[in-house]
Amino acid sequence: MVLKIRDVTKRYPGQTAETAVLRGISLDLSAGSSLALTGESGSGKSTLLHLAGALDHFDSGEVEIDGTGLSSLSDSQRAALRRRDVSLVFQQFNLIPSLSVDKNIALHARLGGKWETSWGTRLKARLGLSDLQDHYPEQPSGGQQQRVAIARALAVRPKLLLADEPTGNLDETASAAVMELMLELVRESGTALFLVTHSAAIAQMLDRRLHLRHGTAA
Amino acid sequence: MSVKSALVTMAVFWAGAALPQSYAGLGSSAEGFAIPQQSTRLNFPADHGPHPDFRIEWWYLTANLEGSDGASYGIQWTLFRSALAPGEAGGWQSPQVWMAHAAVTSQDQHFFAERLARGGFGQAGVETAPFDAWVDDWQMRSVDETLEQISLSANDLTFSYALNLTADGPLVLHGRHGYSVKSASGQASHYYSQPHYQVSGTLSLPDGPVEVTGHGWLDREWSSQPLAEDQSGWDWFSLRFDSGEKLMGFLLRSKTGDFTSGTWITAEGKAEPLRPGAFQAEALAVSDVQGRNIPTRWHASLPEKGVSVEIQSLNPQSWMGTSFSYWEGPVSVSGSHSGKGYLEMTGYE
Amino acid sequence: MTATAFLAILSHWWRHPLQLATLITGLALAAGLWSAVQAINAEARASYSQAAEQLGTAGAARLVPETGAIPVARYAELRRSGWQLAPVLEGIIRFEGQSFDIMGVDLLQHPQAQGLALAAEADSAPALDALLPPGRIFAHPETAALLDASQTDHPVTSMTGLPRGVAMADLSLASRLLGQSTSLSYLLILPDQRPGLRPLEELAPELTFIPARAASDAARLTDSFHLNLTAFGLLSFAVGLFIVQGTIALSLEQRRGMTRTLRGLGVPMRLLASLFAAELAAIALVSGIAGLAGGYLVAAALLPGVKATLSGLYGVPVDGSLSLRPSWILSGLAMTLGGTALAGGHALFMLWRMPLLAAPATHARGQQARRSHLTGAGLGAVIIIVGCIILHLFHGLIAGFAFLGSLMLGAALLLPLLVSASLSLGARTAKGPYAEWLWADARAQLPGISLALMALMLALAANIGVGTMVSSFRLTFTGWLDQRLFAEVYVTTANDVQGAELSEWLHAQGIHVLPRRHHDTRYKGAPLRVYGFEDDPAYRKNWPLIAALPDVWDQAARGQAVLINEQLARRNGLVPGNTLELSPDWHLSIAGIYSDYGNPNGQAMMSLPALLTREPNIPNRNFGLRAAQSEVHKIIKNIREEFDIPPESILDQATIKARSLAVFDRTFVITATLNLLTLGVAGFALLTSLLTLWNQRLPQIAPVWAMGASRRQLAAGEVLRSLLLAAATAILALPLGLVLAWTLLSVINVEAFGWQIPMYLFPFDWLRLFLLALLAAIIAAVLPARRLIRIAPAELLKVFANER
Ligand SMILES: Nc1ncnc2c1ncn2[C@@H]1O[C@H](COP(=O)(O)OP(=O)(O)O)[C@@H](O)[C@H]1O
Ligand SMILES: [Mg+2]
Repeated sequence: MVLKIRDVTKRYPGQTAETAVLRGISLDLSAGSSLALTGESGSGKSTLLHLAGALDHFDSGEVEIDGTGLSSLSDSQRAALRRRDVSLVFQQFNLIPSLSVDKNIALHARLGGKWETSWGTRLKARLGLSDLQDHYPEQPSGGQQQRVAIARALAVRPKLLLADEPTGNLDETASAAVMELMLELVRESGTALFLVTHSAAIAQMLDRRLHLRHGTAA
Repeated sequence: MSVKSALVTMAVFWAGAALPQSYAGLGSSAEGFAIPQQSTRLNFPADHGPHPDFRIEWWYLTANLEGSDGASYGIQWTLFRSALAPGEAGGWQSPQVWMAHAAVTSQDQHFFAERLARGGFGQAGVETAPFDAWVDDWQMRSVDETLEQISLSANDLTFSYALNLTADGPLVLHGRHGYSVKSASGQASHYYSQPHYQVSGTLSLPDGPVEVTGHGWLDREWSSQPLAEDQSGWDWFSLRFDSGEKLMGFLLRSKTGDFTSGTWITAEGKAEPLRPGAFQAEALAVSDVQGRNIPTRWHASLPEKGVSVEIQSLNPQSWMGTSFSYWEGPVSVSGSHSGKGYLEMTGYE
Repeated sequence: MTATAFLAILSHWWRHPLQLATLITGLALAAGLWSAVQAINAEARASYSQAAEQLGTAGAARLVPETGAIPVARYAELRRSGWQLAPVLEGIIRFEGQSFDIMGVDLLQHPQAQGLALAAEADSAPALDALLPPGRIFAHPETAALLDASQTDHPVTSMTGLPRGVAMADLSLASRLLGQSTSLSYLLILPDQRPGLRPLEELAPELTFIPARAASDAARLTDSFHLNLTAFGLLSFAVGLFIVQGTIALSLEQRRGMTRTLRGLGVPMRLLASLFAAELAAIALVSGIAGLAGGYLVAAALLPGVKATLSGLYGVPVDGSLSLRPSWILSGLAMTLGGTALAGGHALFMLWRMPLLAAPATHARGQQARRSHLTGAGLGAVIIIVGCIILHLFHGLIAGFAFLGSLMLGAALLLPLLVSASLSLGARTAKGPYAEWLWADARAQLPGISLALMALMLALAANIGVGTMVSSFRLTFTGWLDQRLFAEVYVTTANDVQGAELSEWLHAQGIHVLPRRHHDTRYKGAPLRVYGFEDDPAYRKNWPLIAALPDVWDQAARGQAVLINEQLARRNGLVPGNTLELSPDWHLSIAGIYSDYGNPNGQAMMSLPALLTREPNIPNRNFGLRAAQSEVHKIIKNIREEFDIPPESILDQATIKARSLAVFDRTFVITATLNLLTLGVAGFALLTSLLTLWNQRLPQIAPVWAMGASRRQLAAGEVLRSLLLAAATAILALPLGLVLAWTLLSVINVEAFGWQIPMYLFPFDWLRLFLLALLAAIIAAVLPARRLIRIAPAELLKVFANER
């Protein structure tokens, strides 16, 4: 299992056990498979995604990434895990404006020591970014920016790719194109995809779907 | 009190009683200085010049003038000499200090100025051949050794004048042969006048130049003796009557009784000294001048000459706000006689 | 509505107390340093003018003789032409071996006779005794004490308003003491002159008219010092405003949402803008008052140093302690309000222009930043070029300072481009993705921090420049002292008789003696001291010559030529080969020019025998003794045993040098302090801008963190980035500082003091300063870095939240 979530609860400050944002969530995700997480706004989708990415702490239960339990990891071990095994794609792309497109794409992989030029070049070609490499992230369109973010995430060849409404800022056609590309590449690289979306159409494109309501899976 | 005003206070010698005690050493006795002597006979032109062995001396000219605009004016030009010590020495060591006052008075304006200088190097002085008295660019200068024909000038920031004076009468010696007694206890001075000047010239005032003509009166006096201890000031009148007669009278005020004296000058210029008490003057009205009560209307009488006149100042505010301040201004005369003249009053503190 | 809206606006500070503290501190610092300098200036100026008023003559217009003296007869003539003048006779007189400057005035004409008479009266002296023998001397209490001790025959009245060392007296006494009854030194032109006078240049073509104010050498000299201080004050003020500008902009930006909401609720923009302005004014007022209080303390602490400078370097006494002047308070507050308006104006204007319904401004910076860097740099280059043209076309102190000003401003404007360029250069050396990101991110951060960096650069450059100037001066001065003080022992006797006895005794002991005798006179109205020297190989070997004819010492020894000091040469444009006309019948050819630091006045040196034929009576009380170093203490002991000479009057070389250097160092205390304070303010500016940038930084940092950079690593990066920026700035500040130093040494010094000082480089000082700048950067970055280490992941995750 790439991702194993067992009975996880998460409370933000000021929340009680009853109002906790996540109350006993469990799920599994194996290599090469994909899971769409849906739910109303504020239902805890992003929170769950962040827990899965070793970005935040949870209160009870356990999250395992590729067999490693997160609750026992130190800050730097979690950082190492993020560098090598987990990638993220966000709705706002969150590119680094001070680095060129090329450097943005390579950044994460190089931080994790996993950059392979051939794979990177292939990704860029597949995502149609070859002409953009020397540009800075502000210049290309939203769709292009998101493809840069996807390239950056996949350049790592992560075990787990987390995407939080990756097409939320794109129009429908761009969004479908981006999704298709991403799914193709995920399959190619054997990466497990955990994706948050509010679009039923996109959810349908993935292997499995999970709906969050009142802090539990429905 | 500044050096200047201390000097001047001392310079105006007669007001000995007004001097603070600390100056008594300098002010009250005539030690080392020459004393006026009854036996002295004046000798001209030498006596037109300075007498450095005497403590104090002056060349004092006043004139009543009428402008081409019909207005009345008065002018004053005075050079005081005051010796810190008797005698003369060269350069800065000279003990002689010179002070000059100039004024122009009209009915509603009064301009005055002052100059100070030390003797010894030419900034100020009096010479006799020809006669020349000056401080800075103020000058009283004769064409010869007499005082018959003199030119007079004074200049300041706001006013100046240049006048020509011609005498049409002889010099007048006051007292006996020019020995003029100033108190019952015998203080005296050497004193003569030239009261017969015809004057013409130009006054330069802020409103522009005025051509003037009129009559002038020069007083020359020197002494070393201060006023008697109890004398506080004086009122001095020089009156020129339309009849051609003239009267010089003064009143030395004292707690123990005033001392008066003077000289009657006939139309021909003959002098008749007045015995003490013959001349009487009495204030009729006082004006507020610079915060002081000063008599600016007088009644004067000299019964033996049938004189009973009222004297009215042209401008009651004729205050000389100089280092040593006093009242000096033109007056008009009416009553038994009519005419014009000058009034000086000191010691009104 | 107004009150409610105002409360809403003010509530911002409740939530951002640190921001408020930053704003108030920045403004208070700016106002404080500025007003400290102003207080010092006002105090010094007031005490000059007080001295001038009491002395009455320092700033008055005057007539001076081209050479020699004015005949008294000439004075009388001018008076008789109607000019109101007051004569002054100056000279030096010795009572019992002590020398005093005599200033003889005509008490009947001198404008300040009144003050003298009052003092005499307070002494219960007869008012007129000053005019009569034995006369009366008026002197500063300290000088009066010396006069009393030297038992002159003349009563002395002490008077605080007089300059130290001057004995004032009526001309009757002064001319007796000086033996000059027919000549005068100069004539004061009294203020009121009647119209219609003939012009002085017609009446007295041989006299030079010196207009009021310029007549005072002290004023001219000290002006440069005050200009210097003012420039420093202005620099500190500008640096302070850099802090404030950023903080105000941030506080307004953070209240955009609130502003929009309030406008949506019907509060007119006009009212909101006035409320924001009122808020700023209130903050400025509070800060201004705090700044004034601080400035007052700083000024009080610095004033002794200023006094030391003015009396040490310019010979101008400054009396009295600091007083609180209403004009100072008002101008300080006005300056703070004006500065706040300047700093906040732009941000307020942007808020005003903000449309009612619009998304928050996106921070598309990259391109825009590059463009504004280029514009700024272009403008900066133009300003520097204009400054160079000014320096080339015009001369004088003002041109020098104009050049300095434009250089500093221009360099500040060039800085962002240069730092950005050096950061891209640095980025090329980066190994690894994290380092690359760090360099790139430092560049990205530049727009927000460039004002603080400008402030830092200006402070560093001022430090390097002024430091180089002072150190070069000090080095030159020490070397010069070594040359000039070549005798091993210096003795001053109480009087000429003792002097003669001493030199006889020394001869008998076989000790080589060099007499040091001088005569004081005037050249073109300014004081000139003429030294007589005995030909001795030591002079030829040691004397610090700047320019000289080949046989300078031979010519001088034969009495044919003089040597003059650099000040005299520069002021009058004299070079070796020219002639120095000391009086109409005393011409000397100039054979050499020597450096003479720390002396405001002109000086000349000639053969002693030649000087004595002109001035036979000059005192002979100063001696330099040549001796082996090991003998020095024995000789001093023997002289003391043999003669009644106080210890203070026998000094060995080392003591004199140590004292001279102590005076020198005290002189520059204020410069050093202001330097340090300015650097402190710049450090504070860096800190506040880093804090201000904090909220804009998270979106940059969070993705990198998400990609696996630990918070610790990011915090270290934060410090490193600040170090990078500071280092780049410090490196760029170095050339600017050196140009500044050059300008100070070769332009300003020459204009202000009349001497040029060679420039030396002090790399260790630069290193220290560089490290200081890094330290400031570390201190400034530590707070944000600590915050970063401790930040909750949730804070970082907010960056990714879709609602943003
Ligand atoms: N840092 C935080 N502190 C407190 N509450 C939070 C924080 N982040 C999210 N929440 C709350 O937790 C709930 C779930 O948020 P989130 O996971 O972002 O929902 P979703 O992504 O499903 O819209 C929301 O009610 C949100 O307000
Ligand atoms: Mg979400």
